[in-house]
Amino acid sequence: MLKRTALHELHQEREAKLAPFAGFDMPLYYRLGALNEHLFCREQAAVFDVSHMGQIEIKIKSFPADSAAETILSELEQLVPSDLLSLSIGQQRYGLLLKPDGGILDDLMVMHMGNHIRLVVNGACVEKDMDYLIGHFEDRLPASVIQLQRALVAVQGPMAEAVLSELIAGLGDLAFMRLGHFSFDGHEVQVSRSGYTGEDGFEVSLPNAAARVFVDAVCATGKAELAGLVARDSLRLEAGLCLYGQDMDEGISAMDAGLGWAVARVRRSGGAREGGFQGADRTLAEFKDGATWQRVGAHSCTNRPVRTGTPIFADEKATTVIGSVTSGSPAPSVGCPVVMIRLTVTHKISSGDVVWAEVRERRIALTVCDMPFFPHRFKRKRRK
Amino acid sequence: MLKYSEEHEWVKLEGDVVTVGITDFAQNELGDIVFVELPEPGTAVSAGGDMATVESFKAASSVYAPLSGEVVEINDTLEADPAQVNTDPMGNGWFVKIKIEDPAALDKLLDEDAYKKLTQ
Repeated sequence: MLKRTALHELHQEREAKLAPFAGFDMPLYYRLGALNEHLFCREQAAVFDVSHMGQIEIKIKSFPADSAAETILSELEQLVPSDLLSLSIGQQRYGLLLKPDGGILDDLMVMHMGNHIRLVVNGACVEKDMDYLIGHFEDRLPASVIQLQRALVAVQGPMAEAVLSELIAGLGDLAFMRLGHFSFDGHEVQVSRSGYTGEDGFEVSLPNAAARVFVDAVCATGKAELAGLVARDSLRLEAGLCLYGQDMDEGISAMDAGLGWAVARVRRSGGAREGGFQGADRTLAEFKDGATWQRVGAHSCTNRPVRTGTPIFADEKATTVIGSVTSGSPAPSVGCPVVMIRLTVTHKISSGDVVWAEVRERRIALTVCDMPFFPHRFKRKRRK
Repeated sequence: MLKYSEEHEWVKLEGDVVTVGITDFAQNELGDIVFVELPEPGTAVSAGGDMATVESFKAASSVYAPLSGEVVEINDTLEADPAQVNTDPMGNGWFVKIKIEDPAALDKLLDEDAYKKLTQ
């Protein structure tokens, strides 16, 4: 039996095409269609139900408020190779949850909530993440690790701030990767300025009971349209953002996935808090000696999409597979289909080089290019 | 004469040539069509075999030949404007014309009422 988010009834009323995703019955697209939803997000604003994602709260009730968060972050640094100790209240940071062998168990956001820590993790990974976190914390700290039953709604696009400012006062002061407590319709909501589209935007965590009223109010502004998971995928791919389960997984290290930047300088060899995290041996060795794989972006020169799982060859006639497409989609804001490729590191490559994808027994040229494919438009500076 | 396959293609007979496309139901299920790969004219196709590929925004799907024969013409306007399959699936969004081997094979396809029942 598929789970339903608090917005399931709305999806049905809006004639969403629904499909199973991370154990939930989720909207792929609505009446507008994925292509137009994608474009609407880039031009105005799109609203996504992302309540399938896991929201996890880590608390230590018996500690004084000011030391609890720091203690949890210090403990989390043993699983996540980010610089978490430097997080200030109301700040969030991207991180990788690493396994002892250096494989990626999940990728996540870590949020400093003042007296506790909140994580946002992939929906399909919640259970294994919870097991891993509880297993780590319960021996060491009187911490509680709880999965919150709350809705999560992303509002993304150049009009996102204008749309949400009509409903929630004070949002405009948030800078990229900052979050705060706000009020909507008498409910306490947490809003972060972040997202998964490359656009400016917000992610709103709110009680299930308030989700429908909130999304209806967002749509009633007339400036935002509902968008489903298909557009979310093409938007994040254009933005060069990885998807767990495709562009990274448990068999892949941070360096393999091209996510070395997510290993903070201070946690690397020679840093002040060098190592000391699960998988550090492999991770730090790969910084020195190189990994097995590299992640590269490429675009097609025709309008023929190249999909996930497509094998990659060095030239048109080559018989040896040198990699595969981990994500591929039409990219309406780029103008041609784009792919992320997991390529063997022994195949040296730079922008402008051509590799070949085999689609239905036909070789298709892909030109390697820099990512993001579509420039990020985050609001990094705090507004005055 | 208009007939339908259980795989959601429509077939229109004129002489010994059928025009083939996908139905409105099919295009609606697929969503935005971004690419259509058609066979070369002259290709022999057999009933139930792969004939074309239609790429929606989300995924690629096979289109099967509803009848056996030889592809005599393809709709090459779909290359520049594949969205015609969404906007006019039964008209400008046609895929191929097939010179059929056996007109009697048409009897095995569904008529409009039977196809409507299939998609309800």
